[in-house]
Amino acid sequence: MWHALLEPLQYEFMQRSLVIAILVGLICAVVGSYLMVQRLALLGDAISHSVLPGLAIAFMIGANIFVGAFIAGVFSTMAIAWIRARSPIKEDAAMGIVFSAFFALGVTLITLIQKDNKIDLNHFLFGNILGVTRQEVLDTALISAFVLLVVVLLYKELLFYTFDSLGAQAAGLPVNLLNFGLMVLIALTIVASMKTVGVILVLALLITPGATAYLLVQRLHNVMLLGAGIGITASVSGMYLSYFYNVPSGPAIVLVVSGLFLLALLFSPTQGVFTYPAAKQGEPLLWRELRGLWRG
Amino acid sequence: MRTQPTPCDTGSTQASDGQIVYMNGNDKILVSQLAVQYRAVQALRDVNLVIHPGRVVGIIGPNGAGKSTLLQAMLGLVPANHGTVRLGNAPLADQLSRVAYVPQRSQIDWTYPATVWDVVMMGRVRKTGWFRRFSAPSRHLAAAALERVGMSAYRDRPIGQLSGGQQQRVFLARSLAQEADVYCFDEPFVGIDQKTQDVIFQIFHELAQAGKVVVVINHDLGESITHFDDLILLNTELIASGPREQVLSPENLYRAYGGKVVFHQGEAA
Repeated sequence: MWHALLEPLQYEFMQRSLVIAILVGLICAVVGSYLMVQRLALLGDAISHSVLPGLAIAFMIGANIFVGAFIAGVFSTMAIAWIRARSPIKEDAAMGIVFSAFFALGVTLITLIQKDNKIDLNHFLFGNILGVTRQEVLDTALISAFVLLVVVLLYKELLFYTFDSLGAQAAGLPVNLLNFGLMVLIALTIVASMKTVGVILVLALLITPGATAYLLVQRLHNVMLLGAGIGITASVSGMYLSYFYNVPSGPAIVLVVSGLFLLALLFSPTQGVFTYPAAKQGEPLLWRELRGLWRG
Repeated sequence: MRTQPTPCDTGSTQASDGQIVYMNGNDKILVSQLAVQYRAVQALRDVNLVIHPGRVVGIIGPNGAGKSTLLQAMLGLVPANHGTVRLGNAPLADQLSRVAYVPQRSQIDWTYPATVWDVVMMGRVRKTGWFRRFSAPSRHLAAAALERVGMSAYRDRPIGQLSGGQQQRVFLARSLAQEADVYCFDEPFVGIDQKTQDVIFQIFHELAQAGKVVVVINHDLGESITHFDDLILLNTELIASGPREQVLSPENLYRAYGGKVVFHQGEAA
């Protein structure tokens, strides 16, 4: 089996894929943990869908598509915040409106330009980890180094802010700046992950590793560390699935990470479905869970 | 934080009557013409008051009276439409490193992956400064604060596994670790046991004796009210403020609560 896994790595494109899989699994889990604890999963989805038009416009004018995607991602969070501040529309509705509008524009633009260019919409939507270039690996490495450095340097401030934003603001921390910084980190992470998982499914790589770890450990930095291990496992496994079975890398990665989550949900020592609370004598487990759903 | 002089009370002097007076801690808060409007709703109207250090001050009033709004507007957490708030001779919002604020329990996500220790150390974030690790003295201070509220044994517990009273004590420890001059608490006694309430009031009085400003939003007019030195009675506008007995006059209570005050008192006690 080891031979089967190591043998593909003699190809240069597989080496590049491996590096980018590890980087993306790592930073998605770390940054995504902040989304999870703040209950902002939908925001991750919104930003990831919103990067598309920026990418397309950058491609049209010959600029770096990562820069274009990043600008569109940050711009979408500002649009959401602006709608929320200037109207009685709630945040989740504002997100839904903005990200579907951006996504629709992105799909339209890319469809228009892909006819006469070598750009494939599917690669951005569902990921194409085996097709990453040397330059993309370098860009991703730079982004990852920056993101991790910021998280390490601002760890205690971000912990305070994401746990108790009012208390942090009252202590004099610049909470708006911290929030904006977090949005920038999320947008950067999504842009870096675009070629690996694609914008539609990147949310899974942001949220699921952290959520899985959250079922197993109880401090934020442990959630991030264990989540990173889970994220890397999933993205590397997804890369091999994509290589051996010729499936898009995004869905392959997401299926693996979802499977890991299901395992933790069922078997977590402290809160697993099978392990806690201990089943009553003679009561079938499936029946207990269904009854629980019915009762709410 | 302590009434007994100790080596770390460097900012204090021994007054002639044996009480500790902190050099730095005895600024008062001056609120003038403070007003807050949320869209079409006037939440706070033209509030003028003085909050003295050395007293345990309660903010009371009916639901929707603007108690939390007053506290948050004083600290600049919600924008005020009008008015100024000063601590000593500068705006309070410019001196937030001197403030410790504990929000309502309902504001906090208690499933957050953090331990008691993580939460108490948050009190040292501002004093530690950007890009730095917590120092050994900071850790000792946090440990002492945790000891003071009787929660040392729970240091490594996830906060979600604590009772409401224990969670409130952890937040009190966090505020003590902040070494602030102004301590603000939003409804700290909601859903907690009598023993915790006694512990918390005792610490409030120690803080006041140390010359700190202590402001506490209180949710009822029950037995707990007797522990406050001064009261601020609010119903969108200021009804009365000053020593407790003066504020709790039947006339003031009627103006704040309407005819329902006797019912409230009976229910709360």
